[in-house]
Amino acid sequence: MEWLTQPWPWYVAGPLIGLMVPMMLFIGNRSFGISNNLRHLCAITQPPKVDVNFFHYNWKEHTWSLIFVIGTGIGGYLAGVVFANPLPVELSLATQDMLTSWGFTQPGHNLVPEELFHTSVHNFTFLFACGVLVGFGTRYAGGCTSGHAITGLSTLQLPSLYAVLGIFGGGLFASWVLVPRMLQ
Amino acid sequence: MTRYLPYLLTGVVFGFILIKAEAASWYRIQEMFHFQSFHMFGILFSAIATGLVSIQIVKRLHGKTALDGQAIAIPEKTPGTKSYVFGGLIFGFGWGLIGLCPGPIFALVGTGSLGALVVLAGALHGTWLYGALKQHVPH
Repeated sequence: MEWLTQPWPWYVAGPLIGLMVPMMLFIGNRSFGISNNLRHLCAITQPPKVDVNFFHYNWKEHTWSLIFVIGTGIGGYLAGVVFANPLPVELSLATQDMLTSWGFTQPGHNLVPEELFHTSVHNFTFLFACGVLVGFGTRYAGGCTSGHAITGLSTLQLPSLYAVLGIFGGGLFASWVLVPRMLQ
Repeated sequence: MTRYLPYLLTGVVFGFILIKAEAASWYRIQEMFHFQSFHMFGILFSAIATGLVSIQIVKRLHGKTALDGQAIAIPEKTPGTKSYVFGGLIFGFGWGLIGLCPGPIFALVGTGSLGALVVLAGALHGTWLYGALKQHVPH
């Protein structure tokens, strides 16, 4: 049962993620994508006084999608808590050096660095602000890594290629320019 | 409720993979954007390749119907450029900074990470903000 606690190599995880696309079609003719759920959650919680048209639709038709991400959370719990990997993330040496030079004391010790995720007003303000970028950007682009990079590219859709180029451009800028400055 | 069971189970598998693949790791995302390991690229490329091949097979199946009896059809994305590029850039800034895209956010929330829950709260506000400003941004 070691495979349950050990991290999975890319050639196992990648194809399994790719199979989500035909799987969702097979289950109920659905398009695989995660970020739409953020919209559904807004539609559910929008107070009657706040009247944003974008969230006026019958979210109940998308219950399947909300159930899917509830499952994603349960899967996260199983993989990250019940069958947690006791060892650090096996990062490349170049990454370990880079992270050490950025001031991280235990690179890869958990999935996410304590320095950025532990409870503090400073950290949570930053996490919230980054979340706003993710939420705004994914809805503006109409999808995220799953909907555009995986579903969109594997069904050969040009708009998804534009989105992926944007996503990668933004990510490169953030991790080369913003992250090192933010940590100094 | 049983008609939702396949979605729940597939979702569980998806969340499990994301954590086991360390795709929900801030460290792995920095490593990817700095081109220091093939790991994340391997995941993305092999996922796309698997999707591509399986979609071609699905397209050629006769009497292709989903479990619930509907005909299988692959939905087309609305044509356009600006919204995809600009939206992608903004999302990319967030992904590069915090190392979490929406799938991993939900998976990491499941591990009990309070920080991931704060990211989710931010993402909901960002989504709402887009809904409110939709008419005022270029598409």
